[in-house]
Formats: sequence, structure tokens, C-alpha cells
Amino acid sequence: MSFAVRAANRCRVPFVARGSGTGLAGGATPIDGALVIALTRMNRVLEVDAEARVAWVEPGVLNLDLTRAVTHLGLHYAPDPSSQQACTIGGNVGTNAGGPHCLSAGVTSAHVLAVDVVLADGTEARIGSLGPDVPGLDLRGGFVGSEGTMGIATGIAVRLEPDPPEIRTLLADFTAIDDAASAVSAIIAAGIVPAALEMMDAKITQAVEDFVGAGFPRDAEAVLLVEVAGLAGGVGVETAAIDVVCRAHGARTVRIAVDPEERALLWKGRKSAFGAVARIAPDYYLHDAVVPRTKLVEVIRKVYEISERYELIAMNVFHAGDGNLHPLLVFDGREPGVWDRVHAAGDEILRVCIDAGGVLSGEHGIGLEKRDAMSLIFDPDDLALQAAVRDAFDPDGLANPEKVLPKGSRCGEIQRVPEGAWI
Amino acid sequence: MADRAPWAALADEVTAATAVVALGAGTHVEIGGIVVGATPIRVPGGVTAFDPADMTVKLNAGTTFAELQAVLAESGQECPLDPRDPSATVGGILAAGVSGPRRLGLGPLRDHVLEVTMITADGRLVRGGGPTVKNVSGYDIPRLVVGSLGTLGVIVHTILRTRPTAGARQWFTSHDDPQALASALFHPTAMLWDGSTTLVLLEGHAPDIAEQAQAGALTPLADSMIPGRPAAVHRGRISVEPGQLGALAADLTALGARWTAELRVGTVHVGTDTAADLGRARTLAAAHGGWLLREAGAPSLDPFGTDLPGASVQRRLRRLLDPTAKLSPGRVLATQPQVEVAA
Repeated sequence: MSFAVRAANRCRVPFVARGSGTGLAGGATPIDGALVIALTRMNRVLEVDAEARVAWVEPGVLNLDLTRAVTHLGLHYAPDPSSQQACTIGGNVGTNAGGPHCLSAGVTSAHVLAVDVVLADGTEARIGSLGPDVPGLDLRGGFVGSEGTMGIATGIAVRLEPDPPEIRTLLADFTAIDDAASAVSAIIAAGIVPAALEMMDAKITQAVEDFVGAGFPRDAEAVLLVEVAGLAGGVGVETAAIDVVCRAHGARTVRIAVDPEERALLWKGRKSAFGAVARIAPDYYLHDAVVPRTKLVEVIRKVYEISERYELIAMNVFHAGDGNLHPLLVFDGREPGVWDRVHAAGDEILRVCIDAGGVLSGEHGIGLEKRDAMSLIFDPDDLALQAAVRDAFDPDGLANPEKVLPKGSRCGEIQRVPEGAWI
Repeated sequence: MADRAPWAALADEVTAATAVVALGAGTHVEIGGIVVGATPIRVPGGVTAFDPADMTVKLNAGTTFAELQAVLAESGQECPLDPRDPSATVGGILAAGVSGPRRLGLGPLRDHVLEVTMITADGRLVRGGGPTVKNVSGYDIPRLVVGSLGTLGVIVHTILRTRPTAGARQWFTSHDDPQALASALFHPTAMLWDGSTTLVLLEGHAPDIAEQAQAGALTPLADSMIPGRPAAVHRGRISVEPGQLGALAADLTALGARWTAELRVGTVHVGTDTAADLGRARTLAAAHGGWLLREAGAPSLDPFGTDLPGASVQRRLRRLLDPTAKLSPGRVLATQPQVEVAA
């Protein structure tokens, strides 16, 4: 790896690290003749320390393969993106990936202890530590979520979590999406932070049911998939409380999975959502934005309005518990002019999210797609700070250039180094 | 977008000075080095917004932990920063990068920080991170700022995530083997060990706590307070792989140091009677693959006593953000040359 990066440096060729390419924002898309360094064959789990609950993995290990490798030890890797069968841990580190179970467990950054990196100039460094703190700045914290713009991970130490003794999965169905959203708020307001709290609207629920046959109610306007995990007492109390809250907010039924098979089936429904969409139309554009939890209803309503105005089908399946929306715009790409409408609608949806106090991305990053939208939420000075961080890691600008920061935020705009300053 | 107006006067102060240091309550003022001859900047306090339903709180950096705790408690929530002195300011806690003793169960300090706004060396107001509980819009500036010892900017405002306060909470003691105890318990909130006694904090639902206590043969403690960390003139914080704690503890005890270890985390709070002994504790930490951050006393001891990982990156970032080393001079990273500062 170091050799490849040094060679790129010698030839002044930009380089892009790439895992499975499941990210939505084009972060791993090479442009301007960049060298692609594909990491999918670096797919070994190097070491598992069950006592310390730590695993060292290569960046190309698939997310689900990591959990499979430690299941027999009663452990798992907590971040579980919907694409977990396909996405790599290296890519997860690049985008600071999330997943349904990150609501209580936290996103990737909370689970990455240390990273062996080849920095942009080809030098190697270990950032982070298996101990609690590192001397100086937390470069690991800066690296996670940097979308390949700070170097390439060659080894990643992740924290493994003990499997909870008790898990309960509930499926609540509602005749109004507002009711489902207010149930989400009420669950949180009751002081419960479930392991996962997902919402699916009517269209996606029907598509999933046609595809998976998990017993999701076809006539529901919205369903909530809620999971509670932990010790038996608390799980029992919280399951009962969620049941009551959902019914109080208009749930017609609350189904509690009786065994691991039923639980797996419910999750299969949720995680197959994007595949199921192909039954509606051949193409979809999936968005990723976050709004404050309290703004969910307002924003979803506007998403429907916008998509209707652009004559597109909007479907919503998302991490309701942390306000991470994933509106899908579903269409047939062969239809003339449809792509313009899709992009225009997407821009409006993003603006609605930002106006509601939200941010550009919850788990896929900025990449190319949202690079120019960064100035919607950050001032030039904020972007200059980010540019300084990037320049500190990659002074020559070869690591995945043209991503994350809009043109014009880097180099030269940072204050000049005065005469006689220490360097 | 950040509202610049409230911070204009403070930004002017930073711009005008040749050297500045942000001062909170001063509980960790010696951490990472003694600042000499810099203009003190005091950032005002005050919670600016708290929406319990969003489980996030916005506050000025000068807010004390006690004040924050009181505001959150009204809605049954908390933010487990848990400084050793509740008069510590949130800005100071962030800059010092000290996680609380409940880190084992509730995560390190940096996991609770969503957004940071700070004044740069040249007086600009910059913001990193964002207000939502999940966010990958650009680089994770807050994680870089946590523990940066005031060397990247003067923190003026932050957004923290909060959590519902647990329904039940109980401290216990145990004299059993701490490693075996750790394996017997599911997600304890804290496990503190002094070489003979393990203090265990369990939070959650009362029946679960009772069952866990039975499984671990734990004895309940009457006191619900978080135990203090060792008081001493010379203090440091060791960071070591958790698996090394047993061997390191034996060495520290032989040295005569007072210490409290956070089991499964790898933090050891050390206090010694002499500066030389703190230096010896550092040597012992290094022998077990760890390092010791000087927190107080022992002025001749280097702040970190070890090479910084990714030192070239750290140096470049400092140089880009603070070319004249104006921010917290003297409280420096080990790789930064000392800068003369006019008193």
C-alpha cells in the first residue's frame, strides 16, 4: 500500500481508496484520472481478542463477515449498515457509517479504536490506540469519516460488543404517518433509547411485503420497527412501555417477534427495502440527511409535497430514532427529462432538511454528490478550518481530491505563515 | 450558520493579543503544560437551548458542569461528563479531554460532543460538527478539538448529546478478582479498582441491577456519589491497554503511588508525593505500553513524555491554524518548540 501511494506521489497522480462502492455520495468514485486502490481483497480478520473485545481487521473485510467471525464468541460488531452484506469495514471507516443499531450503540467512530494508515505521502502511522487516550490530537477521530481524503487504512482495530442477553423486536403499524412519528417522539420522551427505531411508510412497506413476505401490514400508512436489547428486566419493562406508547398514539397492532427466526424475518424486511423498490420502478435516488428528531413529521410531509410536485414517487424508510431520513425518489430513468426532475426534487428535499435545522448527511458522507452543498451549512471560515485539517493530512492534495470540500475552500485561503514562525 | 455577534468582542480580544489562554474554572489549568504570560480569555456560561425531545443541549463554553447538570436534571436527563470538580466548565472539560469515570458504560467524552464553535488564533469564529445526533457532513472537527488543550482555538459554544438518567443507580464493592468480575457483568457503567477493592456502578432497571449484583456477589454501598480520584500535589493520568492494568497496578503499588484504575477502559489516575515519583510512574506506564499525561504538579515533567502519533500531521495542523503559536503557549504539544512570550 505504501508503495502504491508513494508511486502515486512520485507521478503526482491522485489516488482513491475503494471498498465495495456502496456509498451513496460518490466518495469512492475516481475522477480526473485518479488511481483507484481497490481494497476488497484485503479481507482478512487479522486477530480477535475475545477477552479485550477487540478485533484487528483489514479494510476489505465485509461488515457482516466481521460479525460472523465473532458470533461464536458471543460478540458482535455494532454498526450495521443496511448494506452490511456488501460494504467493507474500510468503507465504513471512510464514511463513519451508521446503521439501525447505531441509535444506542453509536456510529462507526465510537467503535474504531485504532487505525494503521498509509498517509497521503506514503508514510505509515498508527493513529488511535487500544488504550483509552492518545497523546496530542485525536487524529483517529479526524480520520474516521474523512472519505479517503486523509490517507488509506490498512488495518483497523474495532471494538466488539457482547451480545445482549435479551432482545425484543416490535412491529407497530399505524394508519397515519403522523401518528407513527409522534410515537417515535413519545418513546424517546419516555426516557427510552431503544437499540433501533426504524420507520417505513406505506409504499415501502407494501414493496417489502411483496418482496420478502415478512407479514408486514399492506394497508398500514406507516410501520415502526423497534428493538430493545439488554438485560431481561429492562427489556421487559421497555417492551411493555413501547407497546403502550404505540397503542396510545394510534397503533392498530403491535407485533412482538416470538423467536429469533421471526426477528430475523422482520429485519430482513427492513434491510431489503432498497432492493424491493425495483418492484415499483427500475431506478431510485436515495437521499441521506438528518433532521432534529422533533422535526420528522414536518419534513416528511414536505418530502411528499416536493415529490408530488415533480411527479415522482417518494418512499420513506429511515432511522427515525436519530432523525436520519432516507427519502427514496423512485422513477424510470428511460423517461425523457426525469433525471432533471429527480435532481431538482433532491435539492429541494436537502434544503428542507437544512431549513429544519438538519445536516447534509447522516452516514454516507459528502463525497462528490453534496460537496457543493457544504456551503449551505458552513460559512467560508468553517470550510477553511476543514480545509486546514485536510491540508495537514494531505498537503499535496493527492488523496481523493475534489471530494468533501467545495472548490475554493482549500490552500492559500488559510492564513499565511508569518516570517520567523516555528514550522 | 454560527451567530457571530455575541462573540465579536471576545474575538477582538484574541486578535489583539500576542498570546491567549482560555480559562474556565482552572481545575485542570496545569494539564499538558504551564501557560506563562498569556492574556486570559474567559468565555461566558449559560445553556442557550435544551430540547429534551431531541436529547441535545446547546451551551456557552463557560457553563459549569454543575449548572448544566441542573438544567438537564429538570427533564430527567444528563450528560455524563462527570469532572472531578463540578465547578469545571464544559469548555475546559472539552479542551482538557478528560473523560469521566462512567466512560466504560457511557462512552468517552468525545462521543458526547456534537458541535464545537471556537475563535481561531486570528479571531475568526468557526464551527465544526452539527446539531443533530448523527452527522457526517464534513470532517469531525469536534473530535479533534476534544483534548486539544486550547491549542486549536478558544472554544466558545458547544452542542452536547444528552441521555435519559437511568431509573436506578447503585454503587457496589467487591473484593473478587476484577477481571473475572468484569466478565460476569453485562455492561456495568463503571468499574474502579485500587488494587484491593473494586467499585462497581450499575445503572438501569432495579431488578436487573439486583440480579447482576447477585451474579457478581456485589455488596451495595450507601453512598451514591461517584468516588473521588486520588488527591495529590503531583498527578497524572495513565492510558494503557486494559489488559495491562493488572501488571501495571502491581508496579504502581510497589512504587507507593496512590492510584485508581478504570477497569476495561485502561485509564489510571495516579497521585504521588514527589515529582520524581510521578516521573517513575510514567516510566512504569511506558514499560507496559502506556503513557502518562501530566495533569498537575511535577512542573519539570514533559506534558506527554512520549512521541505523538502522526506527529507531522499534528505539527502541520497547528502551523496552519496558529502560525505564531499564540494559543495556550507553554501548554504545548511535545513536538512544538517553545515560543518566547512577552509577559
